[in-house]
Amino acid sequence: MNIYVCISHVPDSTTKVKIGPSGKEIDEEGVTFILNPYDEYAVEAGLRLKEKQGGEVTAVCVGDDVVKETIRKALAMGVDKGLLIKADRSRDSFGIAQAIADVLRDRSPDVIFCGKQSIDYDSSQVAGMLGELLGFPSVSAIVGLEMNGDGSVTLERDIEGGQEISKTTFPVVLSTDKGLNEPRYPKLQGIMAAKRKPIEEIEAAPYENRVQVLEMRMPPAKDAGKIVGEGVDAVPELVKLLHEEAKVI
Amino acid sequence: MASQFIGVDYYSIESLLSEEERMARDVVRRFVEEKVLPIIEDHYMAGTFPDELIPHIAGLGVLGATLPEKYGCAGANNIVYGLMNQELERGDSGVRSFASVQSGLVMYPIFKYGSEEQRQEWLPVLATGEKIGCFGLTEPDHGSDPGSMVTKAVETDNGYLLNGAKMWITNGSVADVAVVWAKLNGIVRGFLVEKGTPGYTTSDMKGKHSLRASVTSELVFSDCEIPKENILPNVTGLRGPLSCLTQARYGIAWGAIGSAMACYDAALNYAKTRIQFGKPIASFQLVQQKLVRMLTEITKAQLLALQLGRLKDAGTMRFTQVSLAKRNNVAMALECARTARTILGANGITSEYPVMRHMANLESVYTYEGTHDIHTLIIGADITGIEAYA
Repeated sequence: MNIYVCISHVPDSTTKVKIGPSGKEIDEEGVTFILNPYDEYAVEAGLRLKEKQGGEVTAVCVGDDVVKETIRKALAMGVDKGLLIKADRSRDSFGIAQAIADVLRDRSPDVIFCGKQSIDYDSSQVAGMLGELLGFPSVSAIVGLEMNGDGSVTLERDIEGGQEISKTTFPVVLSTDKGLNEPRYPKLQGIMAAKRKPIEEIEAAPYENRVQVLEMRMPPAKDAGKIVGEGVDAVPELVKLLHEEAKVI
Repeated sequence: MASQFIGVDYYSIESLLSEEERMARDVVRRFVEEKVLPIIEDHYMAGTFPDELIPHIAGLGVLGATLPEKYGCAGANNIVYGLMNQELERGDSGVRSFASVQSGLVMYPIFKYGSEEQRQEWLPVLATGEKIGCFGLTEPDHGSDPGSMVTKAVETDNGYLLNGAKMWITNGSVADVAVVWAKLNGIVRGFLVEKGTPGYTTSDMKGKHSLRASVTSELVFSDCEIPKENILPNVTGLRGPLSCLTQARYGIAWGAIGSAMACYDAALNYAKTRIQFGKPIASFQLVQQKLVRMLTEITKAQLLALQLGRLKDAGTMRFTQVSLAKRNNVAMALECARTARTILGANGITSEYPVMRHMANLESVYTYEGTHDIHTLIIGADITGIEAYA
């Protein structure tokens, strides 16, 4: 099978992010970047599919040279090769989906896995757009995947109050959610091998963002906590405030 | 997924590491966060080694990390190996001890002094953790002075007959193979003794207040006959076991930094959130002084270990330099643990925090693999030309 995994280069969730001088992007100074956690499920799914069905797994990332480090993290997990589609990292979701679709269209992918969202901007758009641009079915946020004998695939998704089981055919775009699998730790041998694996580079076609970011803001500072009293006597007041003021119960 | 622990890096030491070195460290850091820390306190309290971690540790490629790929190892550099030890010991010194005994004291001598057949037989299965090894040098009455060992080997028609006892042996009772040092015609030689060989018995040492999540055993050889091909052919004399200790001490010099980081991290977070006299205790000068001292010592230890690793990779490292790093970094870590304990007050003695566990572990690390004092004398002999212990 010809398996592609789309990955994102995102700030480590433990990093304290600051807004840069332009006010429209984050200040990357001192920020550690990681492979987007939802993409780890995608990489693992790709590797497992290859282990069962044979074929090749390619990790695709849109960005500049900096994101190669993140591509190598996927290579360290066992992905066969990398594909860097060179473009400005400030592209909007459509621009990213289009860049990927332009390159993959002629490479007859069987499956394209994406994380269900990247933990930085949370747009959750690329997988769906990619399906549309390539004319493939797409199923988002899968937590189960089973290959069928007839070449179709059965998918499981968590939906409100239960599960949804669906079936579709290849080629397909699948976005992965937590619960699909437990991503493997890269072996040291894999880390050592990663630098010897090829990363192909292709320049993306020029693109003008369809969505303009006007401004980024930090969340408002949290107010200090309030102690309403002590012991059992304080409970009625606490319940009242939680109900009327905080409106959480 | 990101690891919650972000390490201690006051001096941008990160920038001195290659991408590969950072990646290898981050994988082990995350493994410790996800798999070791959630279970280690329970094992420590119960006095059990977390066997369930062995396949994972092996899967990461830690065991024999620097040995060649043809034996199933990764062929990594010594910085990678050191950083992996650092992260494992942030989890627990017992877990790091398991890995450094297997790597430095079992796989290393088989690789360095073993026959090609011995390498082929043992290294791949030791790398995958399918087989466990231990190292028998210390005896009940012979610790800092291993040259006076009394365990003896006598040549027989079929091989060698071993008699004697070894003590304080990490992984002893769980080991499938023991690298045992004994005198053959008065000269120290290495032997591979397999579990189940008649005359070879082990018993676990009980009542430890330190390294509780680690197996420590006594090995007894009573007319234990091993085949001829089980002698390590390529080394004679005390140089053999001592060169292994240099490998293990190298790992310890890095490992201790991990323990120190864990204690510093716990103390810093505690100091910022613990309120006394209406403000966080981190706002008191005495507490700040303690935190700054810990940070300073950790930073120095990091640079010491890093340069030691670069020298080792260049092939120019001397064993006395390893003594200096082991001596400094373990003492530093023990001091950090004790200082952190004072910041945490009574909370510091509980299993809610890792501090007391690290402190108790480090009391062992301080005197194993060459005591702090012996390392002082090794360096003293090197710089003065006079052996104080001779």
